[in-house]
Amino acid sequence: MPNNNVQPPKASLWARLTRHQIVIPIAALLLLTIFNLIADPSFFNITLSDNSNGDPVLGGNLITIIDNGSELAILAIGMTLVTAASGGQDISVGAAIAISGSALLRVLCGGERTVDTFKNPLILAFLIACLVSMAFGAFNGVLVAFFKIQPMVATLILFTAGRNIACWINNSELPVVNDERLGYFGNYIPGIPIPTPFLIAVACFIITFLIMKFTNISLYVQSVGINEKSSRLNGLNPELIKLMTYVLLGLCVAVAALIKVGRISQINYSVIAKDIEMDAILAVALGGNALGGGKFSIASSVLGAYVIQFLTTTLYKFEVNAAALPAFKAVVVILLVVMSAPTVREKFSRLGRKLKKSKTAEAGNS
Amino acid sequence: MNMSNVNSSVSAVKKTRKRMTDTNLLTTITVTVFVVMYVCAILFLKEGFLKPQTMLNLISTNAYLIILACGMSLVMITGGIDISVGGVTALVAMSCAVYLDMHDGNVYISMLIAIGIGLAFGLVQGFLIAYLKIQPFIVTLAGMFFARGMTTIVHTNPFNVSNKDFVELKDTRIIIPLLGSTTKKGKFIPATIEIGVIVALVIVLLLFCLLKWTKLGRSFYAVGGNKQSALMLGINVQRTTFISYVICGLLAGIGGFVYFMHVGSGSPSHATGAEMNAIASSIIGGTMLTGGVGNIIGTLFGVLTLALIQNIVASLGLDQPWWTGITIAAMLCIFLVIQSIIISRRKKADMKAAAAQSNKEAAPAS
Repeated sequence: MPNNNVQPPKASLWARLTRHQIVIPIAALLLLTIFNLIADPSFFNITLSDNSNGDPVLGGNLITIIDNGSELAILAIGMTLVTAASGGQDISVGAAIAISGSALLRVLCGGERTVDTFKNPLILAFLIACLVSMAFGAFNGVLVAFFKIQPMVATLILFTAGRNIACWINNSELPVVNDERLGYFGNYIPGIPIPTPFLIAVACFIITFLIMKFTNISLYVQSVGINEKSSRLNGLNPELIKLMTYVLLGLCVAVAALIKVGRISQINYSVIAKDIEMDAILAVALGGNALGGGKFSIASSVLGAYVIQFLTTTLYKFEVNAAALPAFKAVVVILLVVMSAPTVREKFSRLGRKLKKSKTAEAGNS
Repeated sequence: MNMSNVNSSVSAVKKTRKRMTDTNLLTTITVTVFVVMYVCAILFLKEGFLKPQTMLNLISTNAYLIILACGMSLVMITGGIDISVGGVTALVAMSCAVYLDMHDGNVYISMLIAIGIGLAFGLVQGFLIAYLKIQPFIVTLAGMFFARGMTTIVHTNPFNVSNKDFVELKDTRIIIPLLGSTTKKGKFIPATIEIGVIVALVIVLLLFCLLKWTKLGRSFYAVGGNKQSALMLGINVQRTTFISYVICGLLAGIGGFVYFMHVGSGSPSHATGAEMNAIASSIIGGTMLTGGVGNIIGTLFGVLTLALIQNIVASLGLDQPWWTGITIAAMLCIFLVIQSIIISRRKKADMKAAAAQSNKEAAPAS
């Protein structure tokens, strides 16, 4: 990562802004916004209507985006940390959500198939779900940090086993909880027109932001990602820091699982959060973070997650078949990534400089 | 004179044996584990595993996976990864099925279609990764999305192919002389394999020779081991990386057709998780994701080991669906931990030897 070590030369505010990695997701967002404005301005309409319970809620495509993108945004926070510290990605988050959600429902149902009220307090269930997913995060973390296995390979283990474990937790059954309180976390709390998942995502982001602001964790993670050996020489414990990032990702997974389960008040472990790991990695990449570890920006990743949801919603708006969606997504992603590739950008800037030079030369000649 | 010559040659042999490369060591472990597992299966689960047909069926069903895993190993040796192979397999199967069934196509042209699709994916992905220097994970992730999406665009529903020539080709079995089993009535049934197995074995042989004895093959290892020093040795790193992805794409196309010959139908859900199985078998076969270490023979046994585990679990009567996934994951976990322990111990031993060497050299000087 040559860019990590080289201090950018002093430049104007504009140049420094464009150099920041948050430019990439913002540019993508702008592109999508402009495209939608041209294609159909009514895309951005927000309506206030009553839902089936008679509570006023906000509706519209923008609300759908901030609602459905929330799990991805929460996962992106943890994934960014993992990527930065260990230089690899966790591909087991989807399976981990299935495990965590199953544990949550198992405690809520107390072993029964269908319940109308919680058998155990929700807070207890959530804490257990957190513990379970943090334990699995720690398992990944130990493999990566102490056994020095590449993250993608280490998490492949849980990726293969995760949904099977989730199946085993609930004895191959699909429990259903009919208590409306669980729905608060996935849909709306009566009286608040904003979808709860978005509020949870914002809360998560603010907490992470404060932690990063007032502790040295961000610096430590970054230094471990850039050079493990030299951070050890400087008195850090790289193994512990890597392990910590994986446990934190486990916590994010538990929160995402709560939202996912809350949306439908039940769980189908073989389809819940399917392919979300790929989207989460994509969010990190779209956020301009180096997938090889090192410098990172959580805000960019979160924005990247919402960009992905924006793209998905836009494609749905144009009545793209859900199964064919990935093809279009892939094309857009490749375009975005190619445009932000360093070699391509360098070529563009060289071209720009050449044009400028020829212009000034012309001006000088005349 | 003669004696000393013999002695020195013996010691040289001993020395080379002692300093077996990481590649060979990991391959040996895999082959040993496979043999031990098979012997155990024969001992404890007598009936099926003694028949040669069981072993041959194992290879027949996994011929496509062998081909995919070979390409994957090649890419992993150069330090990259290709997760689009499963998607390409599904796309190839679907395209060929549609061409043969709905357009009454020629079988040979459908083979060309398969190879063409694979090559196209390889060329585009190789170009983006090698020359534009975009992270392989992102490019091939997009490739996977694209292939999966395209599969549903080509045709939405699964269907069987009833083209006459193709069905003939599909049902062709090659009889292996002198192998077979006798039924209870004393009738001799010769052992058979599918055409795909021959294709897979030829590819394994070709790739083995390529990696072992050609300049290109050695440069794959050099690039994967250390890009910088490969560049200094005068290897065209970009071209080598590019070629590895093209070969992987080509093999994905061929593997796709072999898979198509095995199942004889097209479906969007074909070969789901094939990429992860290919990666897992490459890893079990001793290829490391960091690059520079790997062996095609190991990969072959990796695939067989993976298939054997599934077979054993099934014949143990653990028919709860979750057992297969959990055992494979546990197996993967054990393999990875063993690998990492061995590698780290060797590193320590090497460092000790180097320290002893330098001490020895320093001693006479003082």
